[in-house]
Amino acid sequence: MSAPQLLVHDHRDNVGVVVVEGLAAGTDMLCVVTEDNSDFRAVANQDVPIGHKIALTDLAIGDTVIKYGHDIGRVVAPIRKGDHVHTQNLKTKRW
Amino acid sequence: MDLSNSTIWGYRRENGRVGVRNHVVILPLDDISNAACEAVAAHIQGTLALPHAYGRLQFGADLDLHFRTMIGTGSNPNVAACVVIGIEPEWTRKVVEGIAETGKPVAGFWIEGNGDIATVAAASRQAKAFVHQASEQVREPCPLTDVWIAAKCGESDTTTGLASCPTVGNMYDKLVPLGLYGCFGETSELTGAEHLAAARAATPEVAEKFMKVWSAYQNDVIEAHKTSDLSDSQPTKGNIAGGLTTIEEKAMGNLEKIGREVKFIDVLEPAQAPTVGPGLYFMDTSSAAAECCTLQAAAGYALHIFPTGQGNVIGNPIMPVIKVSGNPRTVRQMSEHIDVDVSGVVRRELTIDQAGDSLIDMITRTANGRLTAAEALGHREFVMTKLYRSA
Repeated sequence: MSAPQLLVHDHRDNVGVVVVEGLAAGTDMLCVVTEDNSDFRAVANQDVPIGHKIALTDLAIGDTVIKYGHDIGRVVAPIRKGDHVHTQNLKTKRW
Repeated sequence: MDLSNSTIWGYRRENGRVGVRNHVVILPLDDISNAACEAVAAHIQGTLALPHAYGRLQFGADLDLHFRTMIGTGSNPNVAACVVIGIEPEWTRKVVEGIAETGKPVAGFWIEGNGDIATVAAASRQAKAFVHQASEQVREPCPLTDVWIAAKCGESDTTTGLASCPTVGNMYDKLVPLGLYGCFGETSELTGAEHLAAARAATPEVAEKFMKVWSAYQNDVIEAHKTSDLSDSQPTKGNIAGGLTTIEEKAMGNLEKIGREVKFIDVLEPAQAPTVGPGLYFMDTSSAAAECCTLQAAAGYALHIFPTGQGNVIGNPIMPVIKVSGNPRTVRQMSEHIDVDVSGVVRRELTIDQAGDSLIDMITRTANGRLTAAEALGHREFVMTKLYRSA
């Protein structure tokens, strides 16, 4: 298998993690789900730095972001599939 | 890999514990004894002073923690012998007597009535004698699992949850069933995954003890003192630069350090030594790297595994800290800080099982004497945890 651009922990997740440097908008990414090594493809809407997340589905304000198969916070700005997900559109439900 | 008969070359101490370093420590009881300790360490080669900021007018649980950390640090199996210097004799003797219970060579000196110069002279003679003793000690074969191994992650990013933390978890899944003592902590940083952590307790009683400690940190530390949603502190700026967005996300990655199978068998107070035999322990600690490592070393842990994403450079003066990173950029830009490169995991060239084996290989080499990156670079962060202001 060639090296993936995006890794997803769990099939329930609605975000994945960019694992290459210099990922450019429009890249047709090889995405691998680490729990079973299955793969799929998705397109990045923006340039996204290594380690940052990309949405796998459209998400509305108030939706829950799932990673590791678990709740990692709430959506605070609309997200399209392929968008960069970070502090501008995702917040903690704690503290 | 059959690890059941794995051995390392270690120092078997008077109380049976196995050390992987052979330090003669010059330990200040208090902040105002740092200068004398540093003078002794500058004078006598092969000694190590551990200056710190506290030890005066502390009281209650905070004072108990101070003594536990001092005595635990001097008692660590990586310490061959210890000179304690304090401003006055009573608290100095208390630390000396605590360390002496291990059977380790230890002596105390105090400055009041003597002055720094006479104290340094007397302590230097004793330190020199300890250095001669320590330098004649030889390493002997010891079971790998007799080396207590703690873990804590720092400057985490999303690659720590994908690669370096699961590597540590794989190591614990392999070695804890063979009799290893393990330790994880970082109470606040399990927030969002506290229910998953509690589910990894060995018994309902241990789970309840964990939740009590976690809730107390939330209520007495975070809720009592916060002025915001902590998004300027936890996750840290480095975490956020690395792609972590929320404490929940950070906590999920953190918890990957305890693997898939192993359960934790007890909850320790800060710097408390394990009491219920081999197994994985949770310790109530801050998530700040130096504070957590100092507490784990004071509890008797002899080696430390530190997964990092963005490149935390932490070390500890007495406990070697092995850095593991799965971030290909960090491994490239900060290679001098990384002992185990597991960036192959995110390229799908390396499995977690293989990464765990490479970590165990580096644990063995480090236990045998290889200096870690942090040791070679002189990282000796020794930071006492303070519970509240002094009287």
